[in-house]
Amino acid sequence: MDTVTLNAIWQDLSMMGPEIAQALLETALMLGLGLAAALLLGGPLGIVLYLTRPGQLFAHRGLHGVLGWLVNLVRSFPFIILMVSLVPLTRLIVGSTIGPVAASVPLAFAAIPYFARLVEQTLREIPRGVIEAAEAMGASPWQIIRKVLLGEARAGLISSLTILTISFLSYTAVAGVVGGGGIGDLAIRYGYYRFQTDVMVAMVLLLVIIVQVIQYIGNRLAHRLDKR
Amino acid sequence: MIHLQSLSKRFQRPEGGWFHAVDDTSLSIAQGEIFGLIGFSGAGKSTLLRLINLLERPDAGRVIVDGQDLTTLSARQLRQARQNIGMVFQQFNLLANRTVAQNVAFPLEIAGWQKADIAVRVGECLEVVHLTDRADHYPAQLSGGQKQRVGIARALASRPHVILADEPTSALDPKTTQSILSCLQEINQRFGVTVVIVTHEMGVVRSICHRAAVLDQGRVIEVMDVAAGQVDANTDLARSLLEVA
Repeated sequence: MDTVTLNAIWQDLSMMGPEIAQALLETALMLGLGLAAALLLGGPLGIVLYLTRPGQLFAHRGLHGVLGWLVNLVRSFPFIILMVSLVPLTRLIVGSTIGPVAASVPLAFAAIPYFARLVEQTLREIPRGVIEAAEAMGASPWQIIRKVLLGEARAGLISSLTILTISFLSYTAVAGVVGGGGIGDLAIRYGYYRFQTDVMVAMVLLLVIIVQVIQYIGNRLAHRLDKR
Repeated sequence: MIHLQSLSKRFQRPEGGWFHAVDDTSLSIAQGEIFGLIGFSGAGKSTLLRLINLLERPDAGRVIVDGQDLTTLSARQLRQARQNIGMVFQQFNLLANRTVAQNVAFPLEIAGWQKADIAVRVGECLEVVHLTDRADHYPAQLSGGQKQRVGIARALASRPHVILADEPTSALDPKTTQSILSCLQEINQRFGVTVVIVTHEMGVVRSICHRAAVLDQGRVIEVMDVAAGQVDANTDLARSLLEVA
């Protein structure tokens, strides 16, 4: 590529500056809402899944089975189909099916069971004996959840959240195509429909950088919190 | 202090049928005593110990600690009663993400102590186990013997009347074993804490126990007096344990 074409590309992109900034905001909004739902609902769901496992504090074969089945059910949907089938629900909750907030509904729906499974897996790494020691001291179930489970698994939970964030960054691109906006949507609209490959490449590069940064922060934080 | 009355506990075998870990066993342990539970693997000694703080619930029988029948308590009352019974484990079971001081503080946080009182008490307990200089270390930075001393300080923190020790020295070398045993002995003598210790080594019994029960197939077959390092054994099994040691 000579300097002239490079200059042309740069001019193209800088003219799109406001649009890219807008797309970044939309992506951040979708991701933020989806992850917030995953943390607030998927986290507790994961803890319940763990505690109802055989041999755990609230071992309950029936409840564990039903919840596990529901989690698997939602997770079996291809995301794009989940999104389409949730249109009525989205309209009910948000009042619209277009825009980043509307796109957050199916994102949250997919993120909740995903994170729940990650939390359940992470908690399984805590040695049973440590929980037993807390029981022997007279800890209440709530104290065990807060101080033992979350305290001992905190590094693993941060790693799980990192995985979730990166997976759902690419889900936001899919959600963007059906009206959610965001970086993925921008890449498709310009790069694919209007044959502006440079825009597509720039957007993918932007995503690459974001993913690297998220992973870096996640690793650093997990490492800092892990004293094992 | 501790009265175990006709206790039974059985577990379902994976291949079907039942395993009688503790079979209609009674035992009385006096206040201030260091009492050993000794036997070969599978004799039911750990299960018997875990019945004392109801980590295992008996299928039949009563567990009376400090004049209170634990089997009749509500969940909340049982948690309260457990704060009066410290426990030390073979695998230490420390919280890996908490420092030594925070581990010792843990049972006090659970019991709802004030922050200032916790700090004072943690300092006292670390002094007893000679770990004051390790207060800000994490368990991963400690040796096995040091970890177990943290375990003992933690068990001691809430000023319990009873400490249950489940094979506390089985993961440690002989020299460290001695230091852990003398630590338990010191606690018994200084604070009058009743200590129940599970072991498969007669050496442990000889070194610190006042009395010891020999278990076989879930039953107490003999209670031995230990005086001046002499174990007075009457049954063949107790004698065979003596020979191993």
